[in-house]
Amino acid sequence: MAGAKSKLRYRPLNLGRWLTWGLTALVMALLPQLFSHGFAITLMSQMGVAIIFALSYNMLLGQSGMLSFGHAVYAGLGAYIAVHTLNLAANGQIWMPVSLLPLVGGLAGAFFGVLFGYVTTKRAGTTFAMITLGIGELVFSCSLMFPEFFGGEGGITTNRVIGKPFLGITFGPGVQVYYLIAVWCLISMALMYAWSHTPLGRIANAVRDNPERAEFVGYDTQRVRWLTLIISAFFAGISGALSMINFEIVTAENVSAARSGGVLLATFIGGVGYFFGPVIGACVFVFFVVALSNYTEAWLLYLGLFFMLMVMFAPGGIASLVMMQVQLIARKRFGRMAPHYLAAGASGLLVLAALILTVEMTYKVSVNSSGGGTSMHLLGIDFDAAAAAPWAVAIGLWIVGGWLFNTTRKRVARVWGEIQAEFLQGGS
Amino acid sequence: MNAHALELKAVRKSFGNTPIIRGVDLAIPGGERHAIIGPNGAGKSTLFNLISGRYPISGGDILLKGESVAGLKPFEINRKGLSRSFQITNIFQRMSVFENIRCAVLWSLGYKYSFWHRLGGLKDANRRAEEVMESIGLKGRRDTLAGVLSYAEQRALEIGITIAGGAEVILLDEPTAGMSRSETADAVELIRKMSRGKTLIMVEHDMGVVFGLADRISVLVYGEVIASDVPANIRGNKAVQEAYLGTEAAA
Repeated sequence: MAGAKSKLRYRPLNLGRWLTWGLTALVMALLPQLFSHGFAITLMSQMGVAIIFALSYNMLLGQSGMLSFGHAVYAGLGAYIAVHTLNLAANGQIWMPVSLLPLVGGLAGAFFGVLFGYVTTKRAGTTFAMITLGIGELVFSCSLMFPEFFGGEGGITTNRVIGKPFLGITFGPGVQVYYLIAVWCLISMALMYAWSHTPLGRIANAVRDNPERAEFVGYDTQRVRWLTLIISAFFAGISGALSMINFEIVTAENVSAARSGGVLLATFIGGVGYFFGPVIGACVFVFFVVALSNYTEAWLLYLGLFFMLMVMFAPGGIASLVMMQVQLIARKRFGRMAPHYLAAGASGLLVLAALILTVEMTYKVSVNSSGGGTSMHLLGIDFDAAAAAPWAVAIGLWIVGGWLFNTTRKRVARVWGEIQAEFLQGGS
Repeated sequence: MNAHALELKAVRKSFGNTPIIRGVDLAIPGGERHAIIGPNGAGKSTLFNLISGRYPISGGDILLKGESVAGLKPFEINRKGLSRSFQITNIFQRMSVFENIRCAVLWSLGYKYSFWHRLGGLKDANRRAEEVMESIGLKGRRDTLAGVLSYAEQRALEIGITIAGGAEVILLDEPTAGMSRSETADAVELIRKMSRGKTLIMVEHDMGVVFGLADRISVLVYGEVIASDVPANIRGNKAVQEAYLGTEAAA
């Protein structure tokens, strides 16, 4: 009987999983049809690249407990090797189709993973974090020392359109690059998901949770960390090469600490505890960096604030918030929470409006006033940032929104607590 | 060749200038259930840490099935067929009971660092994990996170992880510490069942457990073995009574 039950558990085909992956592929395929604007394509392409990068980072942070401050090294060096390969191919010195360049980037990333990882993974915890920081700085300084390879300040430029078109594909138009990224993104996501369900993936979790115990069941924890880092660097390299194809340039910025910090931010915002967390995080992060930076110069401030709020109030990231709602929906309690969410959301918007108004007016008055004066345009309204009225509105919004939000937030917490108590008492 | 399952030859360990283990000789034949007893601070847990490779020895030699394991790392010693449990529960808290056990069987079944096998498809590993779970009585808690198990259940899981890899030499460090009387009785039964056909060495404070389970007992006092004999003789040993049992009787 037990045998029959366990057989059910090990079925090789899981309909739900196939459905999820199928839907993901479908959405990726259809997105450019829905959002065909050039900017949308650029945004989505960058999201695809960031998803691979963040997922590869989470193999270290979420799955294996390795906090790296130098992950951009692998993506960046992968991008450099790929751009040189592309330039050689363009000159006819070697044969290499553009569509396979991500593989070149991946192998390059893995190679440097073997090299640097051997040093960094000797230790775990804080020591690991510090060494990755050191390696990151080392590679970044090399980028200025070896201009032949790194291209100095200007970086290495390229042209992704090489050779004869294959079935009409030149990779000239942005949408073709988007599809190239989407295909590699899907493959990488599936492979990284599969990795998390292999012996190495599971032992990486064990090493994260209790390295000592893992040693006493036969595992060399340093080897586990090293192998995981190599595989993670492989996927980082793929993302680096795709980013190179997308922008047709690789600069020292690609291996910089800012990049490494960015992927940490993205992964954390999304949530390290769930496989899909970094996927969300990557999309949100790219939205901040690419889309929001078009609208406001204060985008970095908003990103920083958002990150702080997430760390303070939702350390599990967006994914954990999503999973909390899934739990409510599955146990038929979401309806009870929904009105409170709505109220908190609406009052939260007031606070957000107050924040945006304050930040934008401050920027206008202190940073931009030398340019076009202090008159500004926000949400379809023209006003003067130096006048008293808009500041009074901002203060009013802070007071009213803050009070409302605080009240509704408490109500959300109370009802949430009640529902959790019901769950604990065994109510379904 | 008639090698002992485990043999300690003049094993010494000092922390700084303080000797903790002062020349321990011990020979444990295969299949024996051997208990190490002694007052607090005698060096019992340190001895376990030396045998399992957690600390390096300062002198002497440790032979596992006739082969020296001195200076090897814990994972290397584990791969040679020695597994241990811990006095303070040492499990994978954020993993399910099933995953805890499965992690402990993977290496012994040859899956090593594989990233090309799908865990769900590893029939032998999954079957073995289910069997171990059943034998330690945690089948009903299969998908529960190890961190939320009761204390007695965590101790059972600790033993499960220790024996899951099929090691022939098992070290149990105070397996019944902190348990109620009925929990202890269950744990003794579990240990008896699990150690069948294996060599078992355990550190234990509960004399009922020790005298009920062990084929032979070694008494460790201040880093030295003062007696090593069958339980009946240990009970009657004057030096032991003075050094250890006597103090307990007096208390």
